Amino acid sequence: MVRAMEKYIRPGVKATPFCPGCGHGILMGLILRAIDELKMDMKKMVFVSGIGCAAWIPSPHYDGDTLHTLHGRALAFATGVKLYKPELCVMVVSGDGDLSSIGGNHLIHAARRNIDLKVICANNMIYGMTGGQVASTTPKGSKTSTTGEGNPYRPFDLCKLVEAAGATYVARYSVTQPVSLINSIKKVLLHVGFSFIDVLSPCPTQYGRRNRLDRPEEMIQDLIRRCILEEEAKGLTEEDLAERIITGEFSS
Amino acid sequence: MVSRWNKTPFPKGTHYLSGNEAAAEGAIAAGCRFYAGYPITPSSEIMERMAIRLREVGGVFIQMEDEIASISAVIGASWAGAKAMTATSGPGFSLMQESIGYAAFTETPCVIIDVQRAGPCTGQATRVGSGDIMQAKWGSHGDYQVIALSPWSVQEMYDLTLRAFNLSERYRVPTLVMADEAIGHLRENLSIRAKVEVWDRKKKKGGSPFGTEEEDGVPPMPVFGEGERLLITGSTHDALGFRKTDDPEVHAKLVGRINEKILKNRSRIVEIEDYFLEDSEIATIAYGFTARTSLYVVNRLRKEGIKVGMLRLKTLWPFPDEAVTELGKKVKKVLVPEMNLGQVAEEVKKFCSFEVIPLNQTNGEVIRPETISELLRKFARKS
Repeated sequence: MVRAMEKYIRPGVKATPFCPGCGHGILMGLILRAIDELKMDMKKMVFVSGIGCAAWIPSPHYDGDTLHTLHGRALAFATGVKLYKPELCVMVVSGDGDLSSIGGNHLIHAARRNIDLKVICANNMIYGMTGGQVASTTPKGSKTSTTGEGNPYRPFDLCKLVEAAGATYVARYSVTQPVSLINSIKKVLLHVGFSFIDVLSPCPTQYGRRNRLDRPEEMIQDLIRRCILEEEAKGLTEEDLAERIITGEFSS
Repeated sequence: MVSRWNKTPFPKGTHYLSGNEAAAEGAIAAGCRFYAGYPITPSSEIMERMAIRLREVGGVFIQMEDEIASISAVIGASWAGAKAMTATSGPGFSLMQESIGYAAFTETPCVIIDVQRAGPCTGQATRVGSGDIMQAKWGSHGDYQVIALSPWSVQEMYDLTLRAFNLSERYRVPTLVMADEAIGHLRENLSIRAKVEVWDRKKKKGGSPFGTEEEDGVPPMPVFGEGERLLITGSTHDALGFRKTDDPEVHAKLVGRINEKILKNRSRIVEIEDYFLEDSEIATIAYGFTARTSLYVVNRLRKEGIKVGMLRLKTLWPFPDEAVTELGKKVKKVLVPEMNLGQVAEEVKKFCSFEVIPLNQTNGEVIRPETISELLRKFARKS
């Protein structure tokens, strides 16, 4: 992380806990850049997270108020904070399993209520911290520690899910699209209402090595190859789109 | 830390209310300004009244998607500075357990009212029971303490809910009001005073929110948005809140303190009432609705010249061990009537030398006076 962002890091915190090649460190920096560009007051920001690798992005690193909660419950805790102190900017940073599987009910209800929560879902498509088990976001056919023959089920499209539930800003970007992602996080910070970004973040340790993408740069290359913008996707056939991940703003 | 006297927001005087309605008024009087809940019989009237009252006094009410979300929102609001509560019954209380552990470990003040019904499982949703007493103490994993109070009247639904907030703020601990369906739906007179004593959590700028050398063992609690850069986690943490998940000393110290701060203040927390115990030969130990029936029987038998008394447990957790031990010096036999299979009777046995006879009833009905008097008469004849 560049030195300029160090002022947002809690004193006493040293190296990040993430594995080599993990995308969460990139996301950690991009969120801070968006905060820096908008000159947000960290004293008025509360970062809420659940359990898992992604929950460690804000806690303990960010030098604002941080609330590291229970698995799946970040949005429920955040709802209490925001409703009682609406003047605070409440951002939820958590993982795909945390927000959409064990916390899936809270996700759709928070979106339905359109409470002003800024949700950044660090989506590595797997349960990383617990050893690489299949998630509700794991692509069909992917190998995980609990689907040795390949995931038999379809994953959630989280953007479609929260949009249908009523979220008023919905976007998807990969950490390989840093400029677009910073701009999207800035929009989230300025948006009033429930906002959600599905951020694709590579997990070579748990996902890559089981799916022929052992080396960190291979996972990054794979994301760069697969992520296309919504506009680019329009002319493509279903076959062309099979392997692709459509990124962009879907609702704003 | 000191208490202050607050003007009661409800007109002083006598009101005819249900226990559940009274509990809501007790919460408002204590300064509760956040409620999150989910409908469940037989506690829903608390939520319905809070929805109305919080609007009137300028608080926040939200009906959440389930009980887990409700208690979680309560904890979030508490860190945002609110005195916050939820109410539920058995199945919802089960769902809340993980978050109650979180509140205990992060030392978050919050109040949970459990209007107990006949369990286990969905059981008899509209019928009475008191089968959640052990769950109140042991429901979440790991070693922790809570405070649990046991109201026996509409008046105490008000008084003990208010006290629950005060204890919760004072000791930074989740505090439970273990009501039951019979008390929740009972209607009787409630006397409201013009002013009530309320306690607020202590605050200290730049203090360590999870460690203290103070004698009471309760650290100051800052809130969000005041530049304190709070670091709150349900993982093992040091005095400043940093995760220390592989440090044996930090873990032992933290677990030790969150237990000790309640246990060593036990004499300030525990409340009991005794009836005719000076010259009693036999006694009952009772709590909640069953204590009403029990006292009725004791009064009747006294008129017949039988030397019987009663110890009423107003506090269930921490357990009133001293009072039970003291009782053991006076009587030889004790009847413990309960609407469960002996949850408190077993606890009583830990602290006494006298013979403990459990009277257990789990049929969804309150224990009738005859059931208690028959047994007491039998003991009286024998002793």
